[in-house]
Amino acid sequence: MNTRSALSLTGTANEVNYERVKKLTVSVFVHAFLVLVSFSCLFPLWWAFASSLKTQQTVFTDLSFFPSQPQWQNYLTAWTKANFGLYFLNSLFYTVCVVVGVLLIASMAAYAFSRLQFPGKNVLFLVLISTMMIPIPGSFIALYVLLNKLGLVDTRLGYILPQINGGLALGIFLLKTFFDDLPKELEDSARIDGCGRFRVYWHIALPLARPALAVLAIFNILAVWNEYILAMLVLSAKQLMPLQRGLMVFQGAHITQYPLLMAGIVITILPVLAIYLMLQKHIIKGITAGAVKG
Amino acid sequence: MNLHRVRHIVGNYVFVLPALLLFLIFSIYPFYKVFQLSITDWDGISPQLNYIGLANFIDLFTDNPVFWHSMRNAFYVTFLALTVQNFLALGLALLCDRDIKGGNVYRVIFYLPPVLSGIVVGLIWNWIYDGNYGLLNHFLAFIGLEDLSRAWLADSRTALIAVSIIHMWKGFGWGFVILLAGLQSIPRELYEAARVDGANAWVMFRHVTVPLMIPVFILVSILTILGTMQVFDIIIATTGGGPGYHTEVPITRIVSTMIGSSKFGYACAMGVVFGLILLAISMVQIKASKMMRQV
Repeated sequence: MNTRSALSLTGTANEVNYERVKKLTVSVFVHAFLVLVSFSCLFPLWWAFASSLKTQQTVFTDLSFFPSQPQWQNYLTAWTKANFGLYFLNSLFYTVCVVVGVLLIASMAAYAFSRLQFPGKNVLFLVLISTMMIPIPGSFIALYVLLNKLGLVDTRLGYILPQINGGLALGIFLLKTFFDDLPKELEDSARIDGCGRFRVYWHIALPLARPALAVLAIFNILAVWNEYILAMLVLSAKQLMPLQRGLMVFQGAHITQYPLLMAGIVITILPVLAIYLMLQKHIIKGITAGAVKG
Repeated sequence: MNLHRVRHIVGNYVFVLPALLLFLIFSIYPFYKVFQLSITDWDGISPQLNYIGLANFIDLFTDNPVFWHSMRNAFYVTFLALTVQNFLALGLALLCDRDIKGGNVYRVIFYLPPVLSGIVVGLIWNWIYDGNYGLLNHFLAFIGLEDLSRAWLADSRTALIAVSIIHMWKGFGWGFVILLAGLQSIPRELYEAARVDGANAWVMFRHVTVPLMIPVFILVSILTILGTMQVFDIIIATTGGGPGYHTEVPITRIVSTMIGSSKFGYACAMGVVFGLILLAISMVQIKASKMMRQV
């Protein structure tokens, strides 16, 4: 009896071991695969960074992951002589203007669509939102024609206004859904206290909408920072160019100056990377919420 | 009293006025203008519009093989994105849906390429594919396959697939994040119940995961198609459409017809046709998804 129970004990122990080994093997393979994919995501970016620290002579031959003598002054050269400082400030300016514009204009409209009454409200809302769904791949031609007519080609305003408009549909949609879900009591009591429409919107509704505004801001920051085609069509003066356009101009003129080009790329990526790493939870929540809802 | 009411409504309109103005000027007017210009031979400068009926469209359909070649290229990249990229994304999402250590770290890393611009991604990959100094050729030499090395983006046999790989590298993390969110919204109890009934992993995938994920699959496919067909930044930063016309896509054709040859009217006609094709594709998809949901 003793031997039998001992036998069965070792039997189950073996089974448990077998299960554990199997689970462990699977998990090792899963992680190996995921690490491999992660490596393929990160390696090109690291390589761009490492290359930005090499010299014009060593960049083609030095295959080290980090150069033994990092040329940090490449960044100074890229910032000043290669104009990336200028492009950076332009990108920053455009991003701030577009984001502030979108948040302000979209939140006002969304508040009206959610709370206020006026004739034609539903039709207007539908038309606004439907442009989000209909692809019009040629519209940038007509946009260019229009900006030309308005004298806005090669001006900052001509680059900013269409992008504010571009962010409105999604912004109004997101914020209206958010306002719809907000309880009305706070606003009602403020109105009873004699607050006008605008003060209720500004002092009550807008502060409550902060989480939705943050998501909207992040999306627009990324969109404006990464925008290229409009910059290509509208801006031809160097003093007005944002980073993406500047990168293409630089590569066109100095195709072999890889370390400086890579430094420019790192300068372009860094703010995006910082925002992404700080706010990745909101970003991922935002795109999935938008996608699953839509 | 009546005046008061009118003032109240006008006040409400003030809230939507800025949005409405921008929308009319920068969305509705260009939309209308594209259609109007598409039936002219406007060159971008002349003060008068010369209406030529459907001549642009007729030429586009009968005498513009380059445009249709660019369309074929876009379909090629789109097909790869729909299959290779989305299956990779789904596979990774399924792996990360299990309670694995570091799942969030993987998610952060996979979604990194999608937040970068097409220009930046294209310029980095330019160098990986470079014929003389490219990493890929170095790697091939390292494993003893230097016979295969070439200027990947300048070789007409590899340029399109090379560009497609860049596009998929940039895009798979986006599909991954949406598919993972879809998987995580499936109630765990369903899997538990299936397990109690003796279902194995494949049966659970086939009969629990797939049916519940169909709306998400449809959404990801539609957005993949619309996004990939309109690819532009990556192309312009790498091949510019070359060598020859081997990596031309519709948007690069439209841009070079407009800027390069100053045929604004013709470019608008291309935009209209391309837009209608995209609309038709998404309508078919939506229709198909409705039919599938009924089954």
